[in-house]
Amino acid sequence: MRGIAGRAGRRFVSSLPALFGVLVFTFLLMRVLPGDPAVFFASGPNAGQAEIEDIRRRMGLDKPVPEQLLLYLRDIGTGNLGRSMTTGQPVLNDLRNRLPASLELTFCALLIALVLAVPLGILAALRPGSVVDHGVRLLCTLGVCVPTFVSGLLLIYVLYYLLGIAPDPTGRIDIFASQPPEVTGFLLLDAAIAGEWEAWWAAASQLILPACTMALFVLAPLARMTRASMLAVLTSDFIRTGEALGLSRRRVILVYALRNALLPVITIMGIVFSTMLGANVLVEKVFSWPGVASYALDALLSSDYAPVQGFVLLMASIFVLVNLVVDLLYGLADPRVSIG
Amino acid sequence: MSALLEVEELRVEFGTRHGVVEALRGVSLAVGPSETLGIVGESGSGKSVTAFCVMRLLDRAGRVTGGRIRFRGEDITRAGRRVLAPLRGAAMSMIFQNPRAALNPIRPVGLQIADVIRAHEAVSAREARERTLALLEAVRIREPARRLEAYPHELSGGMCQRVMIAMAIACEPSLLIADEPTTGLDVTTQKAVMDLLAETTARRGMAMLLITHDLGLAAQYCGRIAVMEQGRVVEEAAPARLFGAPGHPYTRRLVAASPRRDSTVAGLVGEREAAPVAPTGRRLLEVSGLRKEFGGVAAVEGVSFHLDAGESLGLVGESGSGKSTLSRLVCRLLDPTAGNIRFEGEEIGAIPAGRFHRSPWRREIQLVFQDHGESLNPRFSAFDCIADPLRRLLGMREGAGLRARVAECAERVGLPGELLGRFPHQLSGGQKARVGIARAIAPGPRLLVLDEPTAALDVSVQAVVLHLLDRLRREAGLAYLFVSHDLNVVRMMCERTIVLQAGRVVEEGRSDALFATPKARYTAELLAAIPHFEPEAEPALG
Repeated sequence: MRGIAGRAGRRFVSSLPALFGVLVFTFLLMRVLPGDPAVFFASGPNAGQAEIEDIRRRMGLDKPVPEQLLLYLRDIGTGNLGRSMTTGQPVLNDLRNRLPASLELTFCALLIALVLAVPLGILAALRPGSVVDHGVRLLCTLGVCVPTFVSGLLLIYVLYYLLGIAPDPTGRIDIFASQPPEVTGFLLLDAAIAGEWEAWWAAASQLILPACTMALFVLAPLARMTRASMLAVLTSDFIRTGEALGLSRRRVILVYALRNALLPVITIMGIVFSTMLGANVLVEKVFSWPGVASYALDALLSSDYAPVQGFVLLMASIFVLVNLVVDLLYGLADPRVSIG
Repeated sequence: MSALLEVEELRVEFGTRHGVVEALRGVSLAVGPSETLGIVGESGSGKSVTAFCVMRLLDRAGRVTGGRIRFRGEDITRAGRRVLAPLRGAAMSMIFQNPRAALNPIRPVGLQIADVIRAHEAVSAREARERTLALLEAVRIREPARRLEAYPHELSGGMCQRVMIAMAIACEPSLLIADEPTTGLDVTTQKAVMDLLAETTARRGMAMLLITHDLGLAAQYCGRIAVMEQGRVVEEAAPARLFGAPGHPYTRRLVAASPRRDSTVAGLVGEREAAPVAPTGRRLLEVSGLRKEFGGVAAVEGVSFHLDAGESLGLVGESGSGKSTLSRLVCRLLDPTAGNIRFEGEEIGAIPAGRFHRSPWRREIQLVFQDHGESLNPRFSAFDCIADPLRRLLGMREGAGLRARVAECAERVGLPGELLGRFPHQLSGGQKARVGIARAIAPGPRLLVLDEPTAALDVSVQAVVLHLLDRLRREAGLAYLFVSHDLNVVRMMCERTIVLQAGRVVEEGRSDALFATPKARYTAELLAAIPHFEPEAEPALG
């Protein structure tokens, strides 16, 4: 156990330079991109040069870039991510309000994807080349090729417009439903804590379509990975041992093969999670989901530096965190790594 | 006496990419209750296929096309899972080569043994645990209570095989199939494991089918031995008869090729013995006070020895004795923590291993590896494998000169020229060994370090490769540092031998004297652990 914690600590420290690099890189990238925020946020198209200069000075954009960078780093050090020009709020507040929405969506999507992908992967691996295997392959291919905005719209069209099963696909919760008191920011958790099951149901039914859309997209890497690693494990010596000594088929597959096969899936899961969190901007847009990705996109389109930089920093930190968690999980799941 | 297991005219085919391959062409065997039958043969002879077929563990590509397998009189050739499940593990069980891989890496060994018990008997978890503990004691694992929670990677290879044996005997089967159970284990561990197997099967009245490539092992532990070649049983007899008066030509070849206490390199391939190599007395390599630490633990400690030009020095010891570390230090693939390595009077131990490839000494000291398949670049043809050191170490350019040199090396190791265009996977084990040796002699070294060069080869191929190495040494006046766990091979190949234990030299001396009258106790133990091969040797049953 101490070995795992030590490893996690070392990992964390060694990821700090990468985090710093990401910070500087995004900062410079934002300065290079075309668009002048001062012009954008001036009162109107006929704002005078003096007004623009004034805004520029207030934003600190009149200083040389290295100095701006230092000031920015100092702000970050004190926990100040700047202020969004679009919403007028501190970026930290905006992110704090919107991150739970993104996280909730991503977690649910990942859960749905895993629940589908792992059994499908196992089935495909048990009968390679069979109809099941090809069916899974087809589903995975479809999931990857169809862009999320298409599959999302398709789901809305069928389930909301045609069948009317799904609720109005806008936002996290029906505007007429009562919001549960905020504790964690995760609506499902908050509603469950408050015991408001009606609100829980309202939030869950809003969540299910975007979550499925995202799940479909990441089904392929998870299912393919499960299949490949299951296939490899099924041919290994200890599976043969289990067979030779008369263990039941169920035990051989679920306890001996699957647990070993899931080790690489844990790694993929971390990557998939991080990717989903940042890349689900299309899903957030289609379903008017108030998440961090759509927030960052809006900010980028209006040359609003601070939110974009804050978003990238957040994503990088989450990526580091997720990798740490994956490391810990791996250490728990595989006794061999803790000695390495 | 009715047979416990009867195999009649068994035929098995494998569907491969290159068409159907016949693995068994009518194999007939019978094992009586509490009898030990050995199956010997070289790779590809079908001995493992026979065992897997009995257990019905053939992979998808394998198919039984004829014959019958009867167990306790019941035909199980085409039995389904429902018939087999209660048999496997409970009535017949199997242990495998490479025991660590045969155990689930992420499940404590205690649970794995309990899994077997609970698969066949309705017992509580606690009861299964108690029986597991008793089994671990029965297979003589020290501190069994602590080992229950251990994972396979925390146990040595010998311990893993003991765990495997515990699993196999957990439900008191009447037949135990042991497929190369000690291949890859040290000679003393091999003896301990085989003694345990013989004793366990005798005490519990179990029959054993021992599959091995080691004739000595089969001779010592089996009551009857079947010799297999190319999917057929060519001869079957008691060991004394089989080795005293082998009837089939293949058995005769196999017996002749297996190193014994008195065999010579030339004798293995049926040639006249060459004169011993005359000592040159010119010092080539001098190692003094060599020490290598890994993470504060010394793997090699205070080792000193010397090697003359044209001399062959054997390095023996068990795994963990530091012989591989020592050979890597001498090859300058590792940096010593302390001590000197002098080659031709020049201190080469001070040149960092990472830069040694640029030193002019690199071409003088070359390596032959154990696994000839893994040590050849799979994307290089045999030609490129041999030409690579010529290009890099001698700076030879493409052209007639390089081609002639490669062809000459290939000829010296007896590799037919038309094989030079092939890739490693298209070559046999013996051919790959020849490529590896040709690559090592290509830059014209004066010292060859051979790290278990024949450990992965069949005995008949080993005989030929040993003969080749011996001839090369005589022709080119090469000096050998010959690392091996096979004492008989070292005795034949080397004038002098060093015995290593826990990183230290415990004995050094002329090979003939050292093997005839060992001074150190450890050497005597190693020698005693070699399976007897003499026809008069009694089988060690019971």
